[in-house]
Amino acid sequence: MSAPESLARRARWRWPEIVFWLVAFAAIAAPSGKHLILNEIAILALFALSLDLILGYAGIISLGHAAFFGLGAYAAGLFCKHVAPDPLLGLAVGIVVSGLVGLLTSLLVLRGSDLTRLMVTLGVALVLHELANALSQWTGGADGLQGMTVGPLLGRFDFDLYGRTAYAYSVTILFVLFLLARRIVRSPFGASLMAIRRNPLRASALGVPVNRRMIAVYALAAAYAGAAGALLAQTTAYVSLEVLEFNRSADVLLALIIGGVGWLYGGIAGALVFKVLQDVLSSGAPQFWLFWMGLFLVVLALVGRERLMGGVRGLLPKALR
Amino acid sequence: MTVALETRGLSKRFGGLVATNDVTFQLETGARHALIGPNGAGKTTFINLLTGVLPPSAGQVLLAGQDITDLRPEARVRRGLVRTFQINQLFADLTPLETLALAVGERHGQGRDWWRRLGGRDPVAREVDEVARRFGLADVLDTRTDTLPYGKQRLLEIAVAFACAPRVLLLDEPAAGVPEAERRDILDAIAALPPDVAVLLIEHDMDLVFSFARRISVLVDGGLLVEGEPAAIAADPRVRAVYLGETAHG
Repeated sequence: MSAPESLARRARWRWPEIVFWLVAFAAIAAPSGKHLILNEIAILALFALSLDLILGYAGIISLGHAAFFGLGAYAAGLFCKHVAPDPLLGLAVGIVVSGLVGLLTSLLVLRGSDLTRLMVTLGVALVLHELANALSQWTGGADGLQGMTVGPLLGRFDFDLYGRTAYAYSVTILFVLFLLARRIVRSPFGASLMAIRRNPLRASALGVPVNRRMIAVYALAAAYAGAAGALLAQTTAYVSLEVLEFNRSADVLLALIIGGVGWLYGGIAGALVFKVLQDVLSSGAPQFWLFWMGLFLVVLALVGRERLMGGVRGLLPKALR
Repeated sequence: MTVALETRGLSKRFGGLVATNDVTFQLETGARHALIGPNGAGKTTFINLLTGVLPPSAGQVLLAGQDITDLRPEARVRRGLVRTFQINQLFADLTPLETLALAVGERHGQGRDWWRRLGGRDPVAREVDEVARRFGLADVLDTRTDTLPYGKQRLLEIAVAFACAPRVLLLDEPAAGVPEAERRDILDAIAALPPDVAVLLIEHDMDLVFSFARRISVLVDGGLLVEGEPAAIAADPRVRAVYLGETAHG
């Protein structure tokens, strides 16, 4: 096979992908009752997808990704409360605010080892968390941001109590941003990120401006996280300090690692497994669900995802592996 | 003859250690030049200074007459100063196709393009094909790099550098560790490099050096000991003393 054909084949859609998205959209029409958790899954999936862009593609590890999630949530929440109730406008505001802060803080993660990055990202998230706590006249502090009245989607679809509109909204945004991410990682820009993650020295020896690419993808991932945060704020009409908490950064990292880094669907699969496990395990004994989660993680790490998921993945066609 | 690459009084000190000592050196356009020297002579440091991985303590590096001393490594690559690595620095789980398309695309200034597909523009895919054929990689383009035979990986190491369209190519021990059976392919690929590319070969293997180089520089203790044609170098008593004598024993 010649290079042009092979390169074209790389970008082609595989049928399991199409089936997956059809199912995800068909779930909008499912009977009421599961849309709230589906909405949570879609939001976590988008958040994990965002982390995958920096961790899975550019090799930037973060323990403070909630910083951007929370920023997006507060930006969308405040915009809704004080400026305009339209959700899409609010979403755009969340994306832009997080993206800009991502652009600024990207300079902090350029240098240093993984350990430095862990500390710096963690630090940024802690600082934002305390800021949100201290600025309670705007954020509501520990009481959370209340009084959001989110307008109907596209001026027509009201957010209902059962989360059907919320899920439809979140899964559509997830899909659109996924399409964009899929496009990006298969572009020359995406290829240069993959090279940077694997070997920054060699990437620069091929003429790749490593720092500029890392700044770009970090800002992009921050914007994605901001979108996820905005979705949560809008679909729950509430923002609490939890959006900036360390737990959220840790959860998204866990979800992504469960699903596997560096293939875009990892974040989605991980979010699905994480939320379903949380739902199932905590329905028995809510206070112990983290015990089972911990056990699952230890087994996952020791046995290895390949072997554990090998059975599942073996059933999938090669295209999705 | 025009000068492709030049250093003037290039020095690098690490604390009290002088790793590169006042090296003034010229590489002509289309040169087939070898840089030899015993272990610890400072060859690696010299390469790192040329490519911009390390900043020099003193002196200048000029590419085609332009001072590039303060340029970042990737800017030097875009101007045509490209290196290979003694130990493969490849992207293990990418295919040669992806690796080459990345290098070619980056050279065409597509690295910022986040919308089009990698290789979506015609010249990139075609150039990847050309480079792959030149280095005998056409039939393994879709194989993961880390599963390739070592000789193929070494070829890819050179091919990737070649895909950056070098005016000056620094080959750092290109045949190191390659099994005898695959060695021929590497030597042929090096011999077939276009005549307008200046090649600086850093090498321990004297057979390769003397079969390839039309000029040889000997680096000892960070400084240039002597430079000349292969026959003169082989006959030079100082070189024999510090270098050839050593390998004969070692």
